[in-house]
Amino acid sequence: MRNFLSDKSVGLKPSGIRKFFDIVSEMPDAISLGVGEPDFDTPWHIREEGIYSLEKGRTFYTSNAGLKDLKVEICRYLKRRMGLDYDADQNVLVTVGGSEAIDIAMRAILNPGDEVLIPQPSYVSYEPCCILADGVPVIVELKEENQFRLTPEQLLEAITDKTKILVMPFPNNPTGAIMEREDLEAIAKVLIEKDIFVLSDEIYSELTYGQEHVSIASIPGMKERTLVINGFSKSYAMTGWRLGYAAGPAALISEMIKIHQYAIMCAPTTSQYAAVEAMRYGDDDVAKMREAYDGRRRFLLHALHEMGLPCFEARGAFYVFPNISRFGMSSEDFATRLLQQEKVAVVPGSAFGDCGEGFIRISYAYSLENLKEALGRVARFVEGLGGGQDGASHA
Amino acid sequence: MREKILWMLEKNSRIDLKELAVMLGTDEVTVANEIAQMEKENIICGYHTMINWENTSEEKVIALIEVRVTPQRGMGFDKLAERIYRYEEVETVYLMSGGYDFTVILDGKTLREVSRFVSEKLATLDSVLSTATHFVLKKYKEHGTILAEKPKDERMLVTP
Repeated sequence: MRNFLSDKSVGLKPSGIRKFFDIVSEMPDAISLGVGEPDFDTPWHIREEGIYSLEKGRTFYTSNAGLKDLKVEICRYLKRRMGLDYDADQNVLVTVGGSEAIDIAMRAILNPGDEVLIPQPSYVSYEPCCILADGVPVIVELKEENQFRLTPEQLLEAITDKTKILVMPFPNNPTGAIMEREDLEAIAKVLIEKDIFVLSDEIYSELTYGQEHVSIASIPGMKERTLVINGFSKSYAMTGWRLGYAAGPAALISEMIKIHQYAIMCAPTTSQYAAVEAMRYGDDDVAKMREAYDGRRRFLLHALHEMGLPCFEARGAFYVFPNISRFGMSSEDFATRLLQQEKVAVVPGSAFGDCGEGFIRISYAYSLENLKEALGRVARFVEGLGGGQDGASHA
Repeated sequence: MREKILWMLEKNSRIDLKELAVMLGTDEVTVANEIAQMEKENIICGYHTMINWENTSEEKVIALIEVRVTPQRGMGFDKLAERIYRYEEVETVYLMSGGYDFTVILDGKTLREVSRFVSEKLATLDSVLSTATHFVLKKYKEHGTILAEKPKDERMLVTP
């Protein structure tokens, strides 16, 4: 029989997380700090709207781009939270999670051979989506000494004649890094000069601590060259509802709608009705969850500091990214041994790109009790490895 | 800062002060001082434990009593309320808007104890016009906590 599989698909690397998931699955009593989704349930009033829509028999397709009400609410939200002006009919597409938006944006923008700059460590799907769209991924390695922010120097160095897109994954999973207005302005200057388009994945935009998130689309001159990708998963604890959206230039959105209508038809109807409620009346829920994450974030940074594990001060998403390089083992070995010895699951930094090597991702989407127990075990583990550094070297 | 401390304490009054300080990004002394001050100002009025008595062998009867009264000249509702809330078996007293005046929640050992209180103590007060006693059959949620279920983490152990 001939080989029916596509070379492109076969050539994709399996996700490093998947591999680790298989190991963890065999240890059901492990405490996990490895989850990339909120520990909160979707607020009840939002769930209730989903249930109500089912009761009312709203079980049909919506229009391809999404419910009009939802698109209008998304535009209001982007206006009130980020100062962005979009037209609900022309600039917005409701997608199946932010992930779908990433995929179809790449497909709508790239011609074969176009280069896509992907800062790493970052979420696992940019690179494969780019490859599947016949693009050429070019990795830009974010550095701990830059607080895992993208610098204009790094950007300039990576740009070639073929560069078409820059992916901006901030607030960042797995590092917890954010980009502040000045950082974005410096990046924007380069992008405008070199005429490069941005996919700005802002799925964690509601989860920043100490300062409000700034969208790169709000920097003057950027809106026409930016696709803002966001969604409901992280901010409203709605991961399982699979709902996200993209907002950007009308010409691009209309291409994306074409692909979306053939591949997906429309985002889940129940989820869209629930999301309208989330956008109208969910601000308080978001604020409460943010407050809880922030307390845990401080607790975690403090605990890591106490045990002498250097960790840069993450100010976004719900992850910290401590540096474990000095123990002389790969992050995968570290995570595996931590799991075997202390039954604590963290994700090796290398799962988020080669330059994540030497780090581990710890999620704080867990109750404080859970974090306390787990961190106690991590401390014991680190102690067993000969202890961390002197706390004074904490960055 | 005060509100933040209160929110945390309201959810978990046994929280370690040092942990609380870390989470609020301040030091332990500041938190301890704030709490002491709030205790003094009667903002923090006590620390309670939430118990689901239904899961113990202890028998308990909880009654919610609607009380209608005629406030008397020079006395008002407050004085009247005091005559009710001074009773040790009275758990809660609220002044209400609407169809009746006080909500009185009684935490008794037996049905008989509750009915004795209502008929002998409460109904006989001069200003009390009428009472309507409702017994609690089952508690589902108290103080923001759902009593029926233990939350369980449904998430997969590792996800991107």
